[in-house]
Amino acid sequence: MSANQHALLVDRGNLRRRNALNRLVSWSSTVAAVLAVAVLIVVVGSVLLRGLDALSWHFLTTPTALFGESGGGISNAIAGSAIIVAVGAAMAIPVGIGVAIYTTEFAPPRIANPVRFVLDVLNGVPTIITGIFVYGLIVVPQGHGSGFAGSVALAIVMLPIVARTSQEVLALVPGTLKEASAALGIAHWRTVVRVTIPTAMGGLVTGALLGVARVAGETAPLLLAAGIFEQGVKTDPSQPLASIPVFIFQQSEAPSPQAHTEAWAAALVLIAFVLLLNIVARAFYARSQRRMKG
Amino acid sequence: MDSQPQEPATVTEPDRAPQSAAVPFQPPAARAAGPRARRAREEGTVELKKLNAFYGSNHAVKDLDLHFAADKVTAIIGPSGCGKSTMVRCINRMHEEIASARAEGEVLLDGLDLYDERIDIVAVRRAVGMVFQKPNPFPTMSVFDNVVAGLRLTGAARGEIDDRGREALVAAGLWDEVKERLRAPGVGLSGGQQQRLCIARALAVEPEVLLMDEPCSALDPVATLKIEELIGELKQRVTIVIVTHNMQQAARVADTTVFMLDGQLVEVGPTEKLFTTPDDDRTEQYVTGKFG
Repeated sequence: MSANQHALLVDRGNLRRRNALNRLVSWSSTVAAVLAVAVLIVVVGSVLLRGLDALSWHFLTTPTALFGESGGGISNAIAGSAIIVAVGAAMAIPVGIGVAIYTTEFAPPRIANPVRFVLDVLNGVPTIITGIFVYGLIVVPQGHGSGFAGSVALAIVMLPIVARTSQEVLALVPGTLKEASAALGIAHWRTVVRVTIPTAMGGLVTGALLGVARVAGETAPLLLAAGIFEQGVKTDPSQPLASIPVFIFQQSEAPSPQAHTEAWAAALVLIAFVLLLNIVARAFYARSQRRMKG
Repeated sequence: MDSQPQEPATVTEPDRAPQSAAVPFQPPAARAAGPRARRAREEGTVELKKLNAFYGSNHAVKDLDLHFAADKVTAIIGPSGCGKSTMVRCINRMHEEIASARAEGEVLLDGLDLYDERIDIVAVRRAVGMVFQKPNPFPTMSVFDNVVAGLRLTGAARGEIDDRGREALVAAGLWDEVKERLRAPGVGLSGGQQQRLCIARALAVEPEVLLMDEPCSALDPVATLKIEELIGELKQRVTIVIVTHNMQQAARVADTTVFMLDGQLVEVGPTEKLFTTPDDDRTEQYVTGKFG
């Protein structure tokens, strides 16, 4: 190595500045990451602190009390949420996965790309708009809100989430597997059903679970669509149904500290459910990733 | 697909006589009498006539005329990008799976033009099997399910699937190694075993021709040797066309070797002659390592 090249190793006057810049970028990005985690911790922590007191077996298994009375629970809201979300998921998941299979396996790019774009736009539609749409579509003709109308609204919110995640995982299935299948003389649709979908199954489940987690806390569409519900646990989706998010909204609006505590407790139930779904979704995703690599 | 024990009409006809448009193409293997009834090995001859292949405007294979004899191993050698993989992918019509890719000319399997418009493209792949560069067993399937995947998903009779799967594993030299773990995941095998699993999977549908596109490029030397030995045994059973960038491998396994350059055929001949006294200067330069 010549003397000239060694000269490049010596500080040319800006070394301190470059090191400082390096530290600045590294620190500011670290702070951003800490902030994001802190927000989650503060939210979960405050919900936990304020809601834990009111949370009890009685709270989970008793219907909401009549207005002005205390000692009620959220069993009707849990049942309503479960029904509304389940029916919505049953509508959105098959259609979402179907759209994803169409765009990744069958559609030519000039159709698949616009469909992707439409899904992204749909994903960005404010859910209050979805609620108004369903209100006009179902609630007005029916004369009253219903769990089913709520399900339709949630399905519309869920559809682009399920479809986009499914597209991503289906696109990750190695082309070599589809090629291997085609080279065996297996028809394309059979390859999709027996090779591509099973390989991507973990990811498809992940997409569905994330969709459920996302809509479980949706409030605006349910306020408009799910109707004004009666007392007690109801399970008929053609009638108005209670739900956890709407319960939280109503209790937090009520002028009583007891109601506020109940809202916090219901929020805790909701957050725990969403957190659990996310963890399960991650597990399925990890499983899917292992298969893709194999 | 039924299994009538009749001879394929095309074999008995001396020339490629026009057939009635009502007769759909069936791979000859599907009409064999049964899984173990080995046919006479005059079947499985492949002939390319004026084959041209394109990727969009890129002319990858140019006016290729070639003959692949039924009981021979033919190796295709040539530098990267010379069109050797594209050429073999035209034989089972996998080339056109790629968007914007197309092929022109004729590929005759025992005299039947696989590019005829009456041909069922999916069925062509049952008559002309393929093994790829990297082992690609189905990750959701067990060892045995991988082997019989082609049979199950193409509607083979339920009763014969088990026998044919076992037989294919034996033929691929894998039976003794995996018989204790047929239900274990296929991707749990070693790389060399996975590749032989893929060979077994291709053999199970009983193709006439087996295309191998650099089948050892992802394998270690020991696994490579096993595959090469296997190729020698399999040529009794299927016509083998192997693409390789490894000239020593071509010299070891092939009866006939084809040298391609820039999408064109430069020279074809008995392997020994091609490697020792080639007719073309470019062949000599390539096999002596002057380029490529």
